[in-house]
Amino acid sequence: MSVTAAPSWSHTRPQPGWLARLFDWKPFLIVVCLLPAVGLLTVFLTYPLGLGVWLAFTDTKIGRSGRWVGLENFAYLMEDPTFWSAVFYSVFYTAVATVGKFALGLWLALLLNNHLPFKSLIRAIILMPWIVPTVLSAIAFWWIYDPQFSIISYVFVDVLGLRERYFDFLGSTWPARFSLIAANIWRGIPFVAICLLAGLQTISPSLYEAALLDGATPWQRFTRITVPLLMPILAIVMTFSIIFTFTDFQLVYAITRGGPVNSTHLMATLAFQRGIAGQELAEGAAIAVSMIPFLVFATLFSYFALARRKWQQGESND
Amino acid sequence: MTDALAAASGADSARAPTADKPELLSWDSRARRVVVLYLPLAVFVFVLLFPFYWMAVTAFKPNAELYDYKTYNPFWIHSPTLDHVRKLLFETAYPRWLLTTMTVAVCATFLSLFASVLAAYAVQRLRFRGSTYVGLAIYLAYLVPPSILFIPLATMVHQLGLFDSPLALILTYPTFLVPFCTWLLIGYFKSIPYELEECALIDGATRLQILRRITLPLAVPGLISAGIFSFTLSWNEFIYALAFIQSSENKTVPVSILTELVSGDVYQWGALMAGSLLGSLPVAIFYSFFVDYYVSSLTGAVKE
Repeated sequence: MSVTAAPSWSHTRPQPGWLARLFDWKPFLIVVCLLPAVGLLTVFLTYPLGLGVWLAFTDTKIGRSGRWVGLENFAYLMEDPTFWSAVFYSVFYTAVATVGKFALGLWLALLLNNHLPFKSLIRAIILMPWIVPTVLSAIAFWWIYDPQFSIISYVFVDVLGLRERYFDFLGSTWPARFSLIAANIWRGIPFVAICLLAGLQTISPSLYEAALLDGATPWQRFTRITVPLLMPILAIVMTFSIIFTFTDFQLVYAITRGGPVNSTHLMATLAFQRGIAGQELAEGAAIAVSMIPFLVFATLFSYFALARRKWQQGESND
Repeated sequence: MTDALAAASGADSARAPTADKPELLSWDSRARRVVVLYLPLAVFVFVLLFPFYWMAVTAFKPNAELYDYKTYNPFWIHSPTLDHVRKLLFETAYPRWLLTTMTVAVCATFLSLFASVLAAYAVQRLRFRGSTYVGLAIYLAYLVPPSILFIPLATMVHQLGLFDSPLALILTYPTFLVPFCTWLLIGYFKSIPYELEECALIDGATRLQILRRITLPLAVPGLISAGIFSFTLSWNEFIYALAFIQSSENKTVPVSILTELVSGDVYQWGALMAGSLLGSLPVAIFYSFFVDYYVSSLTGAVKE
């Protein structure tokens, strides 16, 4: 720790200067302490959030400030099949990927909750996909999904002989959609598994022993003990996962850029394509703002899950 | 009692070896354990790691092998080469991109840590009316994803004259770092006994002295967690860097690989994979040193 300006400790306590006294005055100190964080968040988070909503009702382009046009952007988007396709795919992507992530992640967490050799090493390895920059692993997936040199196709066609032709992962609508979902699930499993593992480890083994003595089957132990006790943390992790899957950008942008024929656009990538690449800031903002209702829904879900948790455990918040 | 349990579970073929291992419950026969536990786990580890293996294999393969699966087994490298890495380091601006990314990540991390420590201390220790609401508001800020902020932020960045400058990234990354770090540090400060601070107060220390000499030294694990996590998040950030930076030399690694190395119709897969591998390496090394901090910050942030 540094030993700078503050008065040093001595037997006769020196009278602190007016500056030191000011910083020890609680209301002032609270303001000073909160200022950097609240300032940063207000300027670069709250204000842009409001600005984004305002932009959605104007006709701003890059380099030209707009004027109020009311609901024109939204009216235009309502007519736009690409927008609806993006809304549909965002919801579909989130739903399928979340189910996949949580089914596989919960399974992995249950596996890891056993007594295993090299447990911490395995746990460390499993987190890798989540640590590495998404775009970079997405590029690896792009290469794995290559139409000519895909390693998956090679295994299925040339090694196992199960298929005649190579897979066309990214060339047509539905295969491309499911390929992206698979990549998203791959990236999401570690986060879900490690968080749920932390939840599992808080469940007392004596509950399982008691259930066992009462003759409960493994399935009953899972549904009656594991799931209810895991529910609070599951709800929170799921909220995070849903929010960040729904607003996902990197995977889609890196692997398909919304193609083929705009079929894999998520709302975020469509907003980027229209707003930044296409210079129509207002339209992009309108697409981004359309995501907010979904996010509010997910946040409320989180809030009530938290409240329920407090009530269940009967402890005060701090 | 043990026999009754084993009979209830119905698995009795290879029960004997488990008898001398007290930590294994007796319904767990070894064969069953292999099928139910080790096999799925091995599949999970294989699937989760395969893309990295494939990345590494591709990065060190000569082009002749890369596009010829008939004569060479694609899963192995016959004559490893550093060509792609050399090309990346000496024929592109890759070192420059690494440097930019490092600078931005380090600055954003320190800025966020500074703001978060003070905010977390104020919320958790100074205890003013409404402090829980401030904490809740910061938590809610974490739920605002960059995908809905990047368009208005782009206009702000233009107006502030920060477009195409790394400073724009340093100032905007805290929007997702500060809420996370504050939330994490509130949890850490909560675990430090308040009595220590009361003692210091009685001894006549000022609040800032308490923060610097007592709370912060005790919260070092929390600071490390928050720091490495922020570093990783800023290293991996993509959408802001894509939207706010235009010139090649100011781009961060994830953006530049995707926009500078992917050119034309023929993708240089070897160089792309070498770039991805090198770009992942710093966080991977960082990660290997601080695994436990990552796990604790990940789970800590969720559990709070």
